[in-house]
Amino acid sequence: MMYAGFFLQSKRSIHLLAIAGICLMIGATAYEFLSGIPFVTIDTKGMLEYTGYGLAFLLIILVSTLVYFILSGNDIHSAGKSASDLYALVFFILTGIAVVAGYRSLLMLFLGIEIVSIPLYVLAGSDKSNLKSNEAALKYFLMGSFSTGLMLMGIALIYGDTGSFYLDAIRAGFGVLTPMKAAGMLLILASMSFKVSAAPFHFWTPDVYDGSPTVFTSFMATIVKSVAFFAFLTLFDHAFGKLHEQWKVLVAIIAVATLLIGNITAVFQQSVKRMLAYSSIAQAGFMMLSIYAINTFAKQGLLLYFAGYSFATLGIFAVLSKMKDHSIDSFNGFAKSNPIIALSLLISLLSLAGIPLTAGFFAKYYMLLAVIREGGMLWLVITAVLCAAVSVYYYFRVIQAMYFKESVQDNSSLFSPYFKWMMFLNAVLIIVLGIHPDLILSLI
Amino acid sequence: MFAAVDNFPALLIWIPLLGGLLSFFLKDAKRAKTSAIVFAASSLLVLMVSMNFSGKENMQLNQVSYDWLSSIGSNFGLILDGLTRTMSLLTAIVFLLVFVLVPFDQYKDANKFYGLMLLTHCGLVGVFMATDALVFYLFWELALIPVYFLASIWGGEKRIRATFKFFIYTFIGSVLMLIAILYMYNKTNATSFGLSAFFNLNNTATEQYWLFSAFFIAFAIKMPLFPLHTWQPESYEQSPAPVTMVLSSVMVKMGLFGLLRWVMPLFPLAVKQFSPVLMIVISIGVVYASLVAIYQDNIKRLIAYSSIAHIGLMAMGILTLKEVAISGTLIQMFNHGVNILALWIVAYLIEKQTGILSISKLGGLAKKAPVLSIFMLVAVLANVALPLTNAFVGEFMIFNGIYQANKLFAAFTGLSIIFSAVYSLNMVKNVFYGTESKAASLVTDIKGLQVIIFVILTALILLVGVYPQPFFNMFSDAMGLILNRYNS
Repeated sequence: MMYAGFFLQSKRSIHLLAIAGICLMIGATAYEFLSGIPFVTIDTKGMLEYTGYGLAFLLIILVSTLVYFILSGNDIHSAGKSASDLYALVFFILTGIAVVAGYRSLLMLFLGIEIVSIPLYVLAGSDKSNLKSNEAALKYFLMGSFSTGLMLMGIALIYGDTGSFYLDAIRAGFGVLTPMKAAGMLLILASMSFKVSAAPFHFWTPDVYDGSPTVFTSFMATIVKSVAFFAFLTLFDHAFGKLHEQWKVLVAIIAVATLLIGNITAVFQQSVKRMLAYSSIAQAGFMMLSIYAINTFAKQGLLLYFAGYSFATLGIFAVLSKMKDHSIDSFNGFAKSNPIIALSLLISLLSLAGIPLTAGFFAKYYMLLAVIREGGMLWLVITAVLCAAVSVYYYFRVIQAMYFKESVQDNSSLFSPYFKWMMFLNAVLIIVLGIHPDLILSLI
Repeated sequence: MFAAVDNFPALLIWIPLLGGLLSFFLKDAKRAKTSAIVFAASSLLVLMVSMNFSGKENMQLNQVSYDWLSSIGSNFGLILDGLTRTMSLLTAIVFLLVFVLVPFDQYKDANKFYGLMLLTHCGLVGVFMATDALVFYLFWELALIPVYFLASIWGGEKRIRATFKFFIYTFIGSVLMLIAILYMYNKTNATSFGLSAFFNLNNTATEQYWLFSAFFIAFAIKMPLFPLHTWQPESYEQSPAPVTMVLSSVMVKMGLFGLLRWVMPLFPLAVKQFSPVLMIVISIGVVYASLVAIYQDNIKRLIAYSSIAHIGLMAMGILTLKEVAISGTLIQMFNHGVNILALWIVAYLIEKQTGILSISKLGGLAKKAPVLSIFMLVAVLANVALPLTNAFVGEFMIFNGIYQANKLFAAFTGLSIIFSAVYSLNMVKNVFYGTESKAASLVTDIKGLQVIIFVILTALILLVGVYPQPFFNMFSDAMGLILNRYNS
């Protein structure tokens, strides 16, 4: 609705053009968000409808993408042969995201998710000479299409029962639980859990994240995951909201399993990239809490979570993609050789661990609050905070490496001054959100 | 927020915070030290001035509330009452003395060292002054993070492991506390985090049991109470001396303070229910720690275990719910901070000069360092709670309360006093007197600033021991909130 197709073939200025494109999109979204007047009007027969919440979500995603482009732009160039193709793919994904941000019909949901997924399969395999990248792409494609198949079946069953693709109509038809609805809902739940990499549907995540070129892992783990969560929340809130009591236990179990598996496995990882893959599963467990609770706090908090989690993870991945060795030891002595990078990473890691005064704290805080608000199930909260304590362990291992260990090799020339200051800005953003989460909360 | 620096609590937060941030930009170590001293001294000065403005008529000078996250109902609320004032006074004194004591070239990257120390200072005063649970939680963590870095960067050989253990322990406690805070916040209909709003919640007994447990675990880890104390000896041993001083004289008081400010007023039913059991566990811990202390050969570990025993005693004092024991605890919190600081300074000086902390390898230091040994003797006697020293006042009142509550407890816990005399005096005997060791030849006596520091500490020990009344006057406004739900 408010995006333009992006087909760029110019050589050198692609990066700048992409940033300009993103800024344009941010401008358009912000304009629509502030004024309430649609930028472009297309008749979609009510299948797409942009509410304030959807637009706020889109805004956060676009800003995250801008951060992503700024921090990782150079790595996109080095990831594949022709950067313009890769940029174009990212913009295709954004197109899909824009569709997801406003879907009011299962048809559009399916379309949006597919537009997001298919370019991703390509991006995962963009490092053609690397066997692992090919493996990741294939694995991602197989698993992804399998889960899409599940979703289609679920949609078909729901359609069969309620006779409509529209969320509102489905909601109206969701008074009592029939076997058909239950089966459809289960299938959709499973496929959405696939997309957000929640246990027990998370098995693809570590291999795909590890195998893909780091720049695109970063994109997958943050922005794409947020989109999947947004779709998840909207669907279960709008369409299935009336049966909340029935499915919430299931979601609680998924959340606990995800938290436990993600956090405990992350402890044993030696490679930071793989550790982040598991940590992204663990964070997904926290975000699942919002699906469990589905109330105002959950919705507000989820947006905050997207922002806090994305900024922090994008920063760490951007650093990681500039390093050859991804083991924790390769971060040794960063505080000496790259003080600014080390400080920015420190803030990002503290944010992921949920330490106060960073965005991550209020994100987690809102998730917990949402569950407590929902009542009952205090064990869910207790598991979540204990898992947060476990997560401190693995995030702090990187901090320990950076600050308390001596380095063997000299890393000081890895990063350009421009990158350093951009990382620093990113860290400042995290702190600002940590002191004033109202900046995002007031969007809604 | 900048415009609103017109009262004492705000000043007490801003001074160390700005000082800490400034310190990171000072490249010169000497200048960093000077600035740290200036900021710590001005904190102390502001506090001294504020003493003249206590009481009801000056409320707006001592209480403050800024809009912070108005959308979720959290206000940046701070208060300066008797309880807070005592703790802030202790904090300010400890930090000032530590800054004066430690030479600027002791640690590399001195500017960062002083910066982190001042941030810890800020976190601690924030914890003591917060009247809003979210702000309290925030400062609780803010005090922890810089300490983690201080100990991990400048600590001993096994520092990374030891401090990490410390961090994880405390973090687990604090997230449990966070749940309890969120639970109560939800009960206020998500409108307020204020202490007074929580106070009016009327939680049922079962709710109180759970909330109490969450808070109590967090505080018990911090103090630490037996059996959650295992992080402490290791981390005291591995931390750099100034950090150990701050940790043991001020930071452990965060737990006791939390009990007094948050747990006692908010969960009276649970406190009444659990206090007998807890007193049994704690009294076992007190005697256990005293016994372990007797067998320690390392001075630092000995002081660490002695501290566990003393802190346990104070926690018991609170749980007796007797007014006399609680005032005793209040004053003892201050006294213990002063006494243990003196002990740590002695240990620091010995280690710095000889490199040895093993009691069996030291001996006969008194000949070379007579003045130091006199001060040490005073500190040790205060640690044993001899009459005329400050600790006597506090511990006498605590035991008075315990005796009123249960005579058996008093008798059993009283063992710890005897044990404390055994290990403390043994240490003095073996380190300062007895056969002259090789290490003794390395020792020089204290002079200059060090003497002044010890004179100040000794003066505090004796003055409070002889004339504690000003402190009790100061507590009067805090006692009401702590106890008024128990008297009825």
